[in-house]
Amino acid sequence: MTDTARRASGLVVPTFRPDPDGTHPPLDYGGYKSTALRHPKRPLVPLPHRLTETTAPVFGGDRVTEADADLTQHHDGDPQGERIIVYGQVVEDDRRPVPNTLVEIWQANAAGRYRHAGDQHPAPLDPHFTGGGRCLTDAEGRFRFITIKPGAYPWGNHHNAWRPAHIHFSVFGRAFVQRLVTQMYFPGDPLFFQDPIFNSVPDAAARERMICRFDLEQTRPEWALAYQFDVVLRGADATPMEEHH
Amino acid sequence: MPTTPSQTVGPFFAIELPYGDGRYAVPEGTPGAVWLRGRVLDGDGAPVPDALVETWQADPSGQFGGDFRGFGRSGTDDEGRWAILTLKPGPIPGASGEAAQAPHVDLNIFARGLLHQVVTRLYFADEGQANAADPVLAGLDEDARATLVAQPCADGYELDVHLQGPHETTFFAV
Repeated sequence: MTDTARRASGLVVPTFRPDPDGTHPPLDYGGYKSTALRHPKRPLVPLPHRLTETTAPVFGGDRVTEADADLTQHHDGDPQGERIIVYGQVVEDDRRPVPNTLVEIWQANAAGRYRHAGDQHPAPLDPHFTGGGRCLTDAEGRFRFITIKPGAYPWGNHHNAWRPAHIHFSVFGRAFVQRLVTQMYFPGDPLFFQDPIFNSVPDAAARERMICRFDLEQTRPEWALAYQFDVVLRGADATPMEEHH
Repeated sequence: MPTTPSQTVGPFFAIELPYGDGRYAVPEGTPGAVWLRGRVLDGDGAPVPDALVETWQADPSGQFGGDFRGFGRSGTDDEGRWAILTLKPGPIPGASGEAAQAPHVDLNIFARGLLHQVVTRLYFADEGQANAADPVLAGLDEDARATLVAQPCADGYELDVHLQGPHETTFFAV
């Protein structure tokens, strides 16, 4: 449909571009056992983007405080482990920043243990570390967390399976179809080759995009190393969200 | 600039994601509030106790972006149950010359074992006329349509999500 025809209808809804082939893991991935009974077997039905798909919740600043982004300050004492700065930008595939969007993270502690009843890995919990944080991106889509470098940990997927160190990320974006949950990995991790979750992403270059970049420039001398992790969401044509006539 | 891949939400998202009043798209006691509730089940029909259900919807007048938050988020319990307190959305104006959409809620479902969220919609059984004219439901056969229609229950509407199996929910590629 032409732009003129779309406008004539009184309501213009953008269509978000599809992700390149090989970007996302298949839902059926034999290497990751838990997918077996949890992936749909019928083909997904294409859903053209309408208003519900092209809008998203807006989270007010009242729901997020500055302290939420410093995971090392959520208790009375300092957590064990290597303090790190994780910063980056949420952008769309045309580099347009996504301002004021909610970024949430969660992770294991330095010993590779999550503060969760389901985690039975015999590694110590840290009384000074919970492992959850959140922030809203600024006007340029930027976020910045202070945390502890998470440890690797074993899991029962296959014999001697270990997850590479990672931080879970949840990002909303400005449209329902931009919603992304991913994991951020660290450069040079020797465990990548045997991890089915990391390797479930078909395209090798796409896998690299889940690995943060060590950034000497942003380190704070005598205090913490820094890693950059940019999150890229699908973009849309630059049509207005809605036009009334 | 290519996009960032999806990864599973894993089993431990409860450390962060269901914080605060996630299950309450509106506060308890809001006039007209209804619970949307159901279970998430796997291919054996077993409950999925570590799924996360997120809802996104218009307000009762069919608008987005007003004072109504429109967003709800609920983890599942040991029986796979999720529940979100909200207001029933109104019909949504049609885009590009289409008919209006019937009242509906978009659902994102995340879980350990899902490497990417799955997307579905919840419609309301007591909106028969609107459902019959809905452009999304119109593209589905009867069985596929039925998996999206929530039935009235004591305090709202109920819809189970079957990730797999004979009653598999209709999921959308967006």
